[in-house]
Amino acid sequence: MSILINKNTKVVVQGITGRDGAFHAQKMKAYGTNVVAGVSPGKAGQNLEGIPIFNSVGDAREATGANASVIFVPAPYAADAILEASYAGIELVVAITEGVPVKDMIRVMPVLRQRGTQLIGPNCPGLITPGECMIGILPGNIFKTGNVGLMSRSGTLTYEVVNLLTENEMGQTTCIGIGGDPVAGLYYQELLQLFENDPDTKGVVLIGEIGGDAEEQAARFIKERMTKPVVAFIAGQTAPPGKRMGHAGAIISSGTGTAEEKIKAFAEAGVPVAKEPSQIPGLLRAQM
Amino acid sequence: MKIHEYQARNLFRKYGIPVPDAVVCHTVEEVEALVPDDGKLRVIKAQVHAGGRGKAGGVKLARTKAEAVENARKILGMDIKGYTVEKVLVGNAVDIDKEFYVGLINDRNNKAVTLMVSAEGGVEIEEVAKVSPEKILKVTIDPMMGLMDWQAREIAMRFFPDIRHARTAADIFRKLYALYLDTDSSLAEINPLVITQQGDVMAIDGKMNFDDNALFRQPELLEMREVTPDEQKEIDAHAKGLSYIKLDGTIGCMVNGAGLAMATMDMIKLYGGEPANFLDIGGSSNPQKVIDAMNILLSDKNVKAVMINIFGGITRCDDVAKGLITALDQIKTDIPIVVRLSGTNAKEGLEILKSTGLPTVKTMSEAASKAIELSKI
Repeated sequence: MSILINKNTKVVVQGITGRDGAFHAQKMKAYGTNVVAGVSPGKAGQNLEGIPIFNSVGDAREATGANASVIFVPAPYAADAILEASYAGIELVVAITEGVPVKDMIRVMPVLRQRGTQLIGPNCPGLITPGECMIGILPGNIFKTGNVGLMSRSGTLTYEVVNLLTENEMGQTTCIGIGGDPVAGLYYQELLQLFENDPDTKGVVLIGEIGGDAEEQAARFIKERMTKPVVAFIAGQTAPPGKRMGHAGAIISSGTGTAEEKIKAFAEAGVPVAKEPSQIPGLLRAQM
Repeated sequence: MKIHEYQARNLFRKYGIPVPDAVVCHTVEEVEALVPDDGKLRVIKAQVHAGGRGKAGGVKLARTKAEAVENARKILGMDIKGYTVEKVLVGNAVDIDKEFYVGLINDRNNKAVTLMVSAEGGVEIEEVAKVSPEKILKVTIDPMMGLMDWQAREIAMRFFPDIRHARTAADIFRKLYALYLDTDSSLAEINPLVITQQGDVMAIDGKMNFDDNALFRQPELLEMREVTPDEQKEIDAHAKGLSYIKLDGTIGCMVNGAGLAMATMDMIKLYGGEPANFLDIGGSSNPQKVIDAMNILLSDKNVKAVMINIFGGITRCDDVAKGLITALDQIKTDIPIVVRLSGTNAKEGLEILKSTGLPTVKTMSEAASKAIELSKI
């Protein structure tokens, strides 16, 4: 078992003829993901290494039954691509695009809510159920099937942690990069609930960073609702206030969103917080 | 992106939000030429991208022309939180009857814009939020409907008992929201919004920040941009596909990925060092990026050692290693460099780097302790 995606997930790639879209569409396919279609307006009838291309997500869904989409279109058009997927009836939209204006995301949120579309990202590396399906830009080779669930606001830091887990024979059910933007789709609480409900997930790793108070809310959620063990790591303890640390959402503003507050919230919820990534496998094993 | 108070006031005015008259001056002479000796109370305010100007002595009142000139002399050139004051705003002081706070922010939790209003005007909202959060009224704005007329009026009436004042305030809320949307703002504050003793409702001070992701469609804002030399360095780095923030430590670090870059800084601190910067080179093995990144790192004279921390995902470590060799050939430096490679093809990558004689390690902890050790030699 897993959450959100599995071997039955049918993926359509929006922006498949762009450089990144084409590259990662092939990577996903090579991993074993069921990539059923690509979308590039005006290029219907063409194909990319056997992946049929359609003019719109609606056409792609009708012809292939795609139920998930991954977005590689440039930032100015990304919100529209999300809306297109939602209106086409796609159930899970994964937006990889970095640099999407916050206003655009705020505008699409009510539509997604109304239509019941689940969104991961934007500005995220995607998600993976090892051995079954990878959507996004994750390096499939470092993941391994197992019973740890993982969610993170970061990309390479996630790979670092996954690599450590895999080296320690701790495989994963599903790993999700939720993205580094301040306004994004599925977040810790929704995913924690999904992992709590997934019979195969026995423990969860939560990788957070400075900015906002989603980690504090997650800590409260874990304390009140989770029966499965969770281990956390927070990046950005040495980040200066008022500076955006690469990710648009990673900023300490007006003294809030510090790593200190987040670590304290987890400690109060009884969630062990790793001092450095290499402690994560040990801490989690001790809890499981 | 931040703008000055006077720039925010110009935007307010453009959107019909009433503000008192004031003029920007760059020199003491300009202030002298501007202010008549009419005995009117004036206020002279430093224009810097930092909060707490009042506490820092950057806001002063002047009763006479001589006093105005004297205060301008004190404020111009002063340092406020690392920013040098190069401009002052000179305007007539307003007889304030009551002060309020009005602010718009992007609320991460509600995934919408939130309007905040408080009767504790003139104080930093963060202070109010800490001490008495119940004094701040927060209303989430429906992205589909915007700030509705009745909604703005209802909020205004809680703070302004006189319906005439309430109507003006409600109108100001809606205009501020329109400005906020049109400019892709991430923060818009009127603090304070006041009722004057003459019964006028007006914005005395304003602050606006903007979403960097949206600057591509806000050419007018870009014209207002003013940056310090450190910020310019960050902007130049960004143009090269690098994300750089200067810090005060001695261990320079170069990392692929923002989260890993933050974790690397933390690791340096954890092992007893101080990071000199945040630097994310993104996901590629392009040697030019490494060269650009090294040049930025080494332009910081505090840097005593460099820690390169790469996790190979899609990008293979052997490609990264080849890129590093090409880059390091072109950069002549005596600063010790520690390289840590992990992930896809790490073994091959480390093998390639052996020929360079650079200290190479496999874990982040080793890299941090090694870099700290080398920085002390």
